[in-house]
Amino acid sequence: MENRNSPVVFTRAGFWRGAKQSLPAVIGITPFGLVAGITGQGAGLSLGEITLMSATVYAGASQLVALSIWSHPPHLLAVTFAAFVVNLRLALMGPVLSPWLDKFRGWRVWLSLFLMVDHNWAFSVREMNAGYRDAAYLLGGGTTLYTVWVITTAAGHLMGSALHLPPGHPLFFAALAAFVAVLAQMWRGLGDLLPWAVAIVVAVLVAQILPGTFWYIVAGAIAGSITGGVRDHRRRLRA
Amino acid sequence: MSADFWHFDPWNLAAFALMAIATYACRGGGYWLFRQISPSPLVRAILAYIPGTLFVSFVVPAVIKGGLQPAVGTVATLLVMIYSRNLGLAIIAGVAAAWGVWALG
Repeated sequence: MENRNSPVVFTRAGFWRGAKQSLPAVIGITPFGLVAGITGQGAGLSLGEITLMSATVYAGASQLVALSIWSHPPHLLAVTFAAFVVNLRLALMGPVLSPWLDKFRGWRVWLSLFLMVDHNWAFSVREMNAGYRDAAYLLGGGTTLYTVWVITTAAGHLMGSALHLPPGHPLFFAALAAFVAVLAQMWRGLGDLLPWAVAIVVAVLVAQILPGTFWYIVAGAIAGSITGGVRDHRRRLRA
Repeated sequence: MSADFWHFDPWNLAAFALMAIATYACRGGGYWLFRQISPSPLVRAILAYIPGTLFVSFVVPAVIKGGLQPAVGTVATLLVMIYSRNLGLAIIAGVAAAWGVWALG
């Protein structure tokens, strides 16, 4: 048993424990990686390019959004903005692990954060709250997921080129299906109804007004999250 | 393996670099920033809604634009996801349903 008052450490054992305990998440990441690879191939990226993208960006949802609006040459502002907005949640996730990360400096912190995604973050929060004190757990989990992500996107690209899919082929629906499935996981209850409804109405309207741009995603997200956030904040003030 | 598998377009490379910087600004920058300042409860409440509203804003207009094929696929994906809670299975079911519409149409 770890002692809650014992110091936070960063060991090889913690790394391997994180690496192993992230293995179940591989089942969830593999279809995502394959879809990103197929979508990248459909968007006209080479095998080397999609592999490099996965190795440097390493954030599935933002890669899929960017690839679905990819053009030649890509709209640099649009894809950068997509990456930033879709990954903003990561900015909120890092601080949760500060009881671990604040104890270290240098590569241990910044490499761990580079490899942080939803799955190894969630596992790390669970371990941290259970009193586990080895911060290398996050890095270990991230290493497993990073390796799987890069390999599966490359495999997806190879699948896409082997199949010679025409534009509009239903297999490309897989990217959208991945988001639909994630949305079902994100639904937290009736409290989400109003913010999501506002987001949908604004997104659909902006998509009509500014066709061919990505602004509808941002406009919908901002309108919906302000609606939900302000409502919750007011409720808390009244309570 | 054909040579164009390893083709690197400079514009694509620039896009990857900018996306990587933007993503790391979230991963590392968020932790760094929150260590310096603590955001107000209102800002935190708003940020908590970003993931869901963002994805729904992406999905719904895309489904509307795509027509029957993605609409049927979306319903299939949602149903399988709600009942199985299995991401891979839900994606496969959605693609299969969209494929069915494509084959018929």
